[in-house]
Amino acid sequence: MTELALLALQVTDPLRLPNLVPFMIFTVIKMITVFTVTLVGVALLTLAERKISAWIQDRHGPNRVGPGGLLQPAADGLKNIMKEETYPDAAYKPIFILAPMLAFIPALLTFAVIPFASPISTRWGRIDMVVADLPIGFLYILALTSLGVYGIVLAGWSSNNKYSLLGGLRSSAQMVSYEISMGLSTVAVLLVAGNVSLNEIIFQQATTVWNFFGLTIAFFIFLVAAFAETNRLPFDLPEAESELIAGYHTEYSAMKFSMFFIAEYSNMVTASALIATLFFGGWDIPFTLWDNQAPWTIWKTLATATAFSVKVLFFLFFYMWVRWTLPRFRYDQLMSLGWKFMLPVALVYVIVIAALLLWLDWLGIRPGAMWGAILGGVNVMLAAILFVMLDHGKLISPASSRAQADRLARLRAMGVRPALTPDSVH
Amino acid sequence: MGYFYQINFYIFGLLAIASALAFVTRKSPVAAALWLVNTMFCLSALYIMMDAQFIGAIQVLVYAGAIMVVFLFVVMLLNLGHPSDIADMRGTWGKLIAAGIGVVLLAQILVIQRQRLPRIVPDVEAPRNVITGIAQPLFNEYLLAFEVTSVLLLAAIVGAVLLAKRRG
Amino acid sequence: MEIRAYLPLLLLMGFVIMNAVMMLGLSHLTMRSRPTAVKQSAYESGIPPLGDARERFSVKFYLVAMLFIIFDIETVFMIPWASHYRQLSCAVPLSNGLCPAGNTSFFGLGEMLVFMLILFVGLAYVWKKGALQWD
Repeated sequence: MTELALLALQVTDPLRLPNLVPFMIFTVIKMITVFTVTLVGVALLTLAERKISAWIQDRHGPNRVGPGGLLQPAADGLKNIMKEETYPDAAYKPIFILAPMLAFIPALLTFAVIPFASPISTRWGRIDMVVADLPIGFLYILALTSLGVYGIVLAGWSSNNKYSLLGGLRSSAQMVSYEISMGLSTVAVLLVAGNVSLNEIIFQQATTVWNFFGLTIAFFIFLVAAFAETNRLPFDLPEAESELIAGYHTEYSAMKFSMFFIAEYSNMVTASALIATLFFGGWDIPFTLWDNQAPWTIWKTLATATAFSVKVLFFLFFYMWVRWTLPRFRYDQLMSLGWKFMLPVALVYVIVIAALLLWLDWLGIRPGAMWGAILGGVNVMLAAILFVMLDHGKLISPASSRAQADRLARLRAMGVRPALTPDSVH
Repeated sequence: MGYFYQINFYIFGLLAIASALAFVTRKSPVAAALWLVNTMFCLSALYIMMDAQFIGAIQVLVYAGAIMVVFLFVVMLLNLGHPSDIADMRGTWGKLIAAGIGVVLLAQILVIQRQRLPRIVPDVEAPRNVITGIAQPLFNEYLLAFEVTSVLLLAAIVGAVLLAKRRG
Repeated sequence: MEIRAYLPLLLLMGFVIMNAVMMLGLSHLTMRSRPTAVKQSAYESGIPPLGDARERFSVKFYLVAMLFIIFDIETVFMIPWASHYRQLSCAVPLSNGLCPAGNTSFFGLGEMLVFMLILFVGLAYVWKKGALQWD
């Protein structure tokens, strides 16, 4: 018993070299596992995307390669490796080659700090189920997200193609705008958790309520921002095919194109994992504290890993569901949603939550069921107010609102009926 | 751990210096901006090695965005996208002045090196929350500085809008 | 010293970069290159490309990037505030992560209110000036 405790102590003491060895061995195992799971997951996601799209549109989807089309991603991957690479004459070649890598690297690094299961006790000490358990985990994610935009912008710029450049510029403005809302919405999470370590954030949710119930507005802001950050519909303006051919990756072919694709999909995985972690308790299994306390066994790890995957898979499905549900934003709508709606709402929300927490503290209500119920109630009220505001179309304006009144009158006088104004519908 | 720490320090330090040199010598402004990102990245690694984790993350977060702006500025306002477009604006005098300032800075660093700096003793019991170390002084002792920062940011907002509006 | 937590990160960074280079390299080695003049020109929906893509663009993109930095810095200030909020809104040191009853203080909320109010003025100014208007 004492020997075991001693071994555990050695691992937690960072100053002695030999203890590093088991730590690094486990790290390498976790690293390769996570990397492989992400890449295979991305491959399967491309298939899932096509299958789900087909299902929503009442088609069959890929079903020729392998049973039920299961080998389609492998065939696509192989094809992309063998394909000819084109280099446009006008492209600035060093950056043209660097850009896909700059998109790929941060996309695959971000997942490193997200805990995906409960820890395991081994005879070498406690092994956390996260590749790098950074105390500033959350800030690391924000920092890497801000790096993600480089790949896209540089791809757009270096291609020396007008469509690419437009796509790159659009994405720079879009990603940058929604990053603020994303950061601000998570400030509310930090207020409640009191820490920037993702493990602490999960633990806090497990012991009180999931932030989805306690911080609903923050969740919605984060969700929308996550869609915008990953350039997914309805925010896929950087690669809007009807306007920009393929946007920033118009000139890319073969593996370089594939890398943008992998980056986009692994960003989706990371964003889903992040939503699950920040707002749905991460690997926490709801209604029980069995999974949040020692002794840490392999069964707990497997159970929590399953819980985490279910949450992540749901959000991945949600991404695809939204894709076939909502049309693309217009650019001015996109920008006003980000700056005129989400930013002020996120700012005010932080203050509201801070005041509410102070008030609850003053009343002497400690974090727990009652505390969560009050937070949830306030959030439902706030959500109702916000939806009424959005529904009035003041900020996300329809196309007709952009035409000037006198011009509309002139058109009417000429007998031309402008298509579908709000008045003509009613 | 000690050797490993030193090796990493030198790797990141040298990388930072090399990238900084590349940043000032590249002719293409976009390539130069990218080298600057790399410098910031290496600096952030150095901060983290000094246990200034928050600053390390912020270094990447803020400067990555800031350099993005430089980049956009170059591409959109100055239209200096092509390496061949940019004329060599650095004359002999400019180089001499820059060299002079460089020598002065280097001398300063050497002088500071000779003095005994107060040794920072790390807490034996490191706080569980790494933010506490920076939040505690920032929001108590340096409260005024924090509040004045918002005025500075306000000035920056007004400046940005005015600049863009006048040109656009 | 929590520095050891960063070792895996360093390792992963090397691993991912190696993979990225390998993937591109493999693709480069296995492909057959048959360049033609048309293939090498910029693809603009099948029409021969007109002029250079390096045109000047709307100053709005620059303005958005500029505003982004400012509000990003604001967020950066709010992060330590938020994670330290429980202590800031308590007049005495926390015990067990909670504020002892009857010691709540308005200090933490108040200082952020002042900070935010000034920035709200900035946001209102930007809004009023039409800098957020895209059409």
